[in-house]
Amino acid sequence: MAAMTREETQNLIQEVLAVYPEKAKKDRAKHLMVNDQSLDVAKKCITSNRKSLPGVMTIRGCAYAGSRGVCWGPIKDMIHISHGPVGCGMYSTMGRRHYANGTTGVDIFTTINVTTDFQEKDIVFGGDKKLKASFDELEKLFPLAKGYTVQSECPVGLIGDDIESVSKVKTAEIGKTIVPVRCEGFRGVSQSLGHHIANDSIRDWVLPTRVGKDDGFTTTPYDVNILADYNIGGDIWPSRMLLEEIGLRVIAQIPGDGTLMEMEKSIHAKLNLLHCYRSMNYISRHMEETFGMPWMEYNLFGPTKIEQSLRAIAERFDDKIKDGVEAVLAKYKPQWQAVVDKYRPRLEGKKVMLYVGGLRPRHIIGAYEDLGMEVVGTGYEFAHNDDYDRTIKEMGGATLIYDDVTAYELDAFVKKIKPDLIGSGIKEKYQFQKMGFPFRQMHSWDYSGPYHGYDGFAIFARDMDMTLNNPCWKEIKAPWLRPSPAETQAA
Amino acid sequence: MPSVMVRRNDEGKLLFYIAKKDLEEVITAVEHDTTDAWGGTVTLGDGETFYIDPISPPPAFPTTLRFRRVE
Repeated sequence: MAAMTREETQNLIQEVLAVYPEKAKKDRAKHLMVNDQSLDVAKKCITSNRKSLPGVMTIRGCAYAGSRGVCWGPIKDMIHISHGPVGCGMYSTMGRRHYANGTTGVDIFTTINVTTDFQEKDIVFGGDKKLKASFDELEKLFPLAKGYTVQSECPVGLIGDDIESVSKVKTAEIGKTIVPVRCEGFRGVSQSLGHHIANDSIRDWVLPTRVGKDDGFTTTPYDVNILADYNIGGDIWPSRMLLEEIGLRVIAQIPGDGTLMEMEKSIHAKLNLLHCYRSMNYISRHMEETFGMPWMEYNLFGPTKIEQSLRAIAERFDDKIKDGVEAVLAKYKPQWQAVVDKYRPRLEGKKVMLYVGGLRPRHIIGAYEDLGMEVVGTGYEFAHNDDYDRTIKEMGGATLIYDDVTAYELDAFVKKIKPDLIGSGIKEKYQFQKMGFPFRQMHSWDYSGPYHGYDGFAIFARDMDMTLNNPCWKEIKAPWLRPSPAETQAA
Repeated sequence: MPSVMVRRNDEGKLLFYIAKKDLEEVITAVEHDTTDAWGGTVTLGDGETFYIDPISPPPAFPTTLRFRRVE
């Protein structure tokens, strides 16, 4: 369908909201907007980071998911204890594809689920004893683990267990870093607060361990940290290769494929490169204030954005890096040009709707545009105002932006806008595929990836083509419902 | 009395950030901004005003300070 005008989009929003009762309509209207690139601040047009409306389907997670799953989960040489009933612990690990290099049980522990399995008696008498016992047990089972985090689930906060004191006692006893994280699921409105709490725990329990101590670490003027790249499907590896190729030295990957040691040594870097602004801007702000380490956001999705980002990064360094960037850009030009030449004719002009979290609703727009596709609607699960400020500039005029969109709204928007491709999560996947829309999971890259860097762009383009131009979409309609050849000819 | 982190953005302008309020705004005017003192009434890009007793000598940004909301 042709691009919609402002008015049409506005009418669409009204039409979709019409089914809600008055109060719900008023609330939801604040979370939907028609994009206007002339705006500088989004908060007058869109409300975000508010409690989801009871009674509607939302796909948000909880604070525990934000801390255990997102921020702490990928740290590979620590054991993350899900402190509480077994359920959350079960769902926490490796549902998310944060890859890590190493051997399970020796130097990586990301594939292992550890939970204290609260029972009724632990709720009544407190679970501290159980937590202590679990440390002893883990020390016996996995003596090579470099540290532990205690990720509290809801009941721990409700009964008021003192996980901090247990952690301190045990740290003294076994001599390893133990980080208590107060990320009970009921805190906040979405996983976003879990990210914040996890960041604060890194600030309080990890970074100070080496401050002011001479740890014999030799620094160079080109040391950087990669922050908030979660290595989904191996994303951080092509990113790191690119950064190293332009002449930088990556000293820490936090948290994707990262270790406790890297986190501790990250204080020596010259610059923090922040990939997902939403989930780790807190720690970058802290490091800027405490260690005088500047931070910047970057985007390695698609050649246009890679070029912009690498040039912007080079601006912070001397000519060596600037020359490195030019050399890298020239080197990879034929590679990505071949990808664009191959896939652009097959994807040109197709419309995409996105609904993801974190950074992707705005970061991958550039990659789609490189393939000649257009993003007609985008939205975040748990963004704040500053994310929408950044999104407005990336999106075309009169496109649809939705915050914490409900299952019904997304359904209705898709039915009206009829995009050629939808990018969202597993909960939406089968619903839209059954409706006959090509769909990619943009949280987990649909079991593919990496999508970062030039290498990732080739995979991204292939995946989009594979999904969109799959012959199965022609077979969605039952044979007896299709117009007969005679009818088609007559038409 | 929100705890505010004040930092410079890429253009060198001061940014006023309250994590809890999810507020990040450019500071458009500061009452005292000289070599001996920084502070007083601070006006933000969206028109809100905050007050802090002038700090002497001026603090090095980024830093976290406690401001008072001016009604």
